Amino acid sequence: MRPFLYERADQPEAAVIAARIQGQQQAPPTAAAAQFIAGGTTILDLMKLDVMQPQTLVNVGKLPGTIEMSDQGLRLGASVKMAEAAENEIVKRDFPVIAQALQLAASQQIRNMASLGGNVLQRTRCPYFRDVSYSACNKRNPGSGCSALDGHNRNLAILGTSDKCIASYPGDFAQALIALDAQVETLGPNGGRSLAFADLHKEPGDTPNIETQLQPGELISAFVVPTGAWTRRSLYLKIRDRESYEFALASAAIALDMDGQTVRGSRIALGGVATRPWRAREAEETINGQTLNDETARGAAEAAFRGAKVYSHNAFKVELGRRTLARALLDAGRMEI
Amino acid sequence: MSAAAPEPKANMGQPVPRYDAREKVTGVARYASDQQVSQPAFAFLVTSAIARGDITSIDERGAREVPGVLDIFTHRNTDDLTQTKYGQQGGGASTSIQGLGPEIRHDGQIVAMVVADTFENAREAAYRLKIGYSEATPSASFESAGTEMKDANGIMSVATQAKEWLSTGDVEDALSKAAVTVDAEYSTPTQHHNPIELFTTTCSWQGDKLTIYEPSQFVFGLKNAVAERIDVAPDNIHVVSPYVGGAFGSKAQMTPRTGLVAYAARKVGRPVKLVATRDQGYTISTYRAETRHHVRLGSDRDGRLVAYSHEGFEITSRPDSYSVKGTEETAHLYSFGAVATKVNVVHADRNTPGFMRSPPVVPYVYALESALDELAVKLRMDPVELRRKNDGMKDSFGKEWSSRSLMTCYDQAAEAFGWSKRNPEPGSMRDGEWLVGWGCATAVYPTHNAASAARVSLRSTGEALVQIAVHDIGTGAYTVIGQLVASELGVPVEKVRVELGDTLLPAGPVAGGSVTTAAAGSAVLKACAQIRTRLIGGASSGDGAPLAGVPDGQIRLREGRAVAQDGRSEELAKLFERLGQNQIEEYAEFVPAGASSNAMERLYQGKPTFVGGSNGEKLMYSLGAEFVEVRVNQRTREVRCPRAIGAFAAGRILNTRTTHSQLMGGMIWGIASALHEKTELDEKRARYVNDNIAEYLIPVNADIRDIDIILVPEIDNEVNPVGVKGLGELANVGTAAAVANAVYHATGIRIRDLPVRIEALLA
Ligand SMILES: Cc1cc2nc3c(=O)[nH]c(=O)nc-3n(C[C@H](O)[C@H](O)[C@H](O)COP(=O)(O)OP(=O)(O)OC[C@H]3O[C@@H](n4cnc5c(N)ncnc54)[C@H](O)[C@@H]3O)c2cc1C
Ligand code: SF4
Repeated sequence: MRPFLYERADQPEAAVIAARIQGQQQAPPTAAAAQFIAGGTTILDLMKLDVMQPQTLVNVGKLPGTIEMSDQGLRLGASVKMAEAAENEIVKRDFPVIAQALQLAASQQIRNMASLGGNVLQRTRCPYFRDVSYSACNKRNPGSGCSALDGHNRNLAILGTSDKCIASYPGDFAQALIALDAQVETLGPNGGRSLAFADLHKEPGDTPNIETQLQPGELISAFVVPTGAWTRRSLYLKIRDRESYEFALASAAIALDMDGQTVRGSRIALGGVATRPWRAREAEETINGQTLNDETARGAAEAAFRGAKVYSHNAFKVELGRRTLARALLDAGRMEI
Repeated sequence: MSAAAPEPKANMGQPVPRYDAREKVTGVARYASDQQVSQPAFAFLVTSAIARGDITSIDERGAREVPGVLDIFTHRNTDDLTQTKYGQQGGGASTSIQGLGPEIRHDGQIVAMVVADTFENAREAAYRLKIGYSEATPSASFESAGTEMKDANGIMSVATQAKEWLSTGDVEDALSKAAVTVDAEYSTPTQHHNPIELFTTTCSWQGDKLTIYEPSQFVFGLKNAVAERIDVAPDNIHVVSPYVGGAFGSKAQMTPRTGLVAYAARKVGRPVKLVATRDQGYTISTYRAETRHHVRLGSDRDGRLVAYSHEGFEITSRPDSYSVKGTEETAHLYSFGAVATKVNVVHADRNTPGFMRSPPVVPYVYALESALDELAVKLRMDPVELRRKNDGMKDSFGKEWSSRSLMTCYDQAAEAFGWSKRNPEPGSMRDGEWLVGWGCATAVYPTHNAASAARVSLRSTGEALVQIAVHDIGTGAYTVIGQLVASELGVPVEKVRVELGDTLLPAGPVAGGSVTTAAAGSAVLKACAQIRTRLIGGASSGDGAPLAGVPDGQIRLREGRAVAQDGRSEELAKLFERLGQNQIEEYAEFVPAGASSNAMERLYQGKPTFVGGSNGEKLMYSLGAEFVEVRVNQRTREVRCPRAIGAFAAGRILNTRTTHSQLMGGMIWGIASALHEKTELDEKRARYVNDNIAEYLIPVNADIRDIDIILVPEIDNEVNPVGVKGLGELANVGTAAAVANAVYHATGIRIRDLPVRIEALLA
């Protein structure tokens, strides 16, 4: 086993200090020598597969974290477990899209372990990234090439790709956060800050190894989700080959503010199809102000995938993504709230 | 009685709970890698990162620096391992690709094994081992350039002795004159067994004697194959495999790892334990090869078949010709009229495929049963009626069935399913936004038999012991063997101790071909009869015998007593006392009709013999009918299978509980093979991509709702002395066709390439 240092932090400040002392500040956070660990359901797998080799693990899984309503909206501590948030009555009633995105993710056992902070930072399931016997993977080994481009890419992205990387962002919860205009609060070596969740993740571009705007050793402490007329009329639709315990082939997070049959405002995000949590602004613009019906839902869906670029095994995701989005919009329109 | 333990009907035994249930659920049962050996060292495999080419360099420096490393085995220091012949007919080695290089013949070939003082250190060193390759372009599968296709005729396989492809009549002529025809191509994907218990091996030497702890479906096969590989006398090898955590065919032959671990244990001078990783399991053992099929059917207007032509194509490795040749089974299934069959193997740069639950019938019956559904649609005929029309006690070659209850199965399953309410029009049945489809298909599996020995002993206390080197791979073999002994010797089943899976025991056949109960059961009957003869002989004679003078034929062993027809009886304890014996032990060998006279000797040498199926005077098969309901979302098109019912007839049922589990598990696997299971192949690199059980999909609980199993009583005294047909490999056959047929019924879209996936339904 590669030896590593293990520290457990009781307070966020201590975690940041531990990571700074051990860390190597120049590297992108995913390659930093010091890594946080919460539930460990992503990072321990990647260590066992030899994909990540941190020299220090700082356990942030036991940091205080709660679920509360505040003036700014719903506040979710980063160390809250997925299961706890998914089963929370306020979240289920007032932010169904969040509860569903969590409930439909992974398995109960994993949800019991995994934290919300770790969840948004889970890494791609691209098979070539997770298997070090493939030498070419720009995300794992910058400049080495991309095996997925001419390999098996059924599960990979069609939106936000680059010729360096087409890995899909696999998570579900992030789609709910980006749709609902959440903020992320962090604590780093230079103090705390708050940024739009939409700005947290980056497209791969030329540097797929850099996945977020976080600095090395910067800790996510909470997510804040503003309440609005749309949050109750919200849902998450996840389409996959089997009924449970599988990542999305395509998914849609939807929140609608309706005036009778007319869409006053919409918030739409797409999962399973993009390289990062994906807000579908074009779809929103298309549907806003329209009567919600089959045709307008389909119009929004067309708009959402206008920029899609397909690869050898994933062309079906364009049509699947459109249908998923249209179905989710119509379902949200019919919700009784 | 609960759903898991159906009430026995005619010719069915009691639903006795599993013999090994408590041990398994409490963790007392020791699987191979749980076996305690003194001071084990730990091995970790390194497998090739390319599918074809050569190793050009091996840099061990980084690996050797890891503390605790004892040795590193590569092609450079293992060339005295003997190359063992590929076990084409079962037994022997699972592949002829056994060397650690420098030549690489498939993805994930074992190229090195690190042995260290801990698992973690071995793994760490394995990660640090740097192997350089010169890579050649591999041929991955059917579509790839550079594959080589050959007629599979002449390839002997374990259950098929055919020298010529089955054919009768003039198929081309019959097809050209047929009123209605179907001409279609089907395909099935690569699938892996993924037994929950990984591929593990622990080897421990005591002087020149070797003990191997490895999950095995054929301990005598493993013992003899390893002996050849490491060049020691078979008598010096002891294989221990009392529990197997799933196998499905993947543990039936010796894989390259075992000899290597034995070799390493000898070199490092202490026991060595290997637990290969899940992804390594995809390439160091076997798999179900992808297949293609060209099927043509012809019938008259009324649905009477006049022609069946089936050509199959199967992927195999470069050096080995593994072929399942399922047309040898399908050609007998109905009264077809003219028949023409042929199978080809396509050699690619892949590991050698091998047995996987119901090897010949799963892909070939899928193709045939799908084509029959297409024919039914063309005929505007109910698919059940189409099967009825072509059902008969004789096949197209004039051979008779020993028993055949197919239509009884159809009728009972159809009734339970509510089939009469089906509207045949595709897309006509709906439930809200879900399209509902109903489909059906036939399940079939050849009834094999094999040679087996058994030793049974009975003590004065009424306790019995039965010993056979057969294997309970989760099937219930412990339980039904115990039940047989109990009923034959008239003692309670709780008093019977069963020992299996060990080469110190009398030899038994491979746990394959659904043969264990028939073969081991027949040997057990024989041994028990020998015990009875001795006991009853003693009961009817001698001073003070209460049954003195009663003819032996009128004495039974029942409830711990020897009982005469007139009701007089003697307690076993007394009888033993009078005989001056504490225990009677009998060894018996059973060789089925049709097997060679040296079948027993061959079995001890690790060579299996199979008879039965279509090879004997009569056709012997177990049969079933499966009905499924699918739901397809009308918009997003995901497919779910909420309901399935199967009715099965398989001769005598020894235990309705274990039978029910076997059949239910089979149907779940069948649903999986229709909708979920596929090993994805990187076509360019000829490498498996989703080699883990997060991404290799099998159904989870949420995918499986109602599964109903109906046991149809059947009596067949011709198949074997026990009267059982074998059913471990029955229920997963045909299900994929039933599901695909249901998907057609729901959507009007005919999917001919498995698995049925969302992308094919979005059009
Ligand atoms: C088989 C399987 C199936 C799955 N299916 C799904 C699915 O369907 N949908 C889905 O959304 N997810 C799925 N997941 C992913 C799972 O949800 C994530 O692994 C989990 O949410 C990660 O949380 P964790 O607390 O375990 O993270 P960890 O593994 O502990 O950490 C993950 C990453 O986040 C970093 N990190 C953790 N906490 C913080 C913090 N507070 N601040 C900054 N960095 C932090 C760590 O350094 C690490 O790099 C699946 C996982 C598995 C293994
Ligand atoms: S898609 Fe990205 S993660 Fe996958 S192989 Fe290419 S570079 Fe690596």
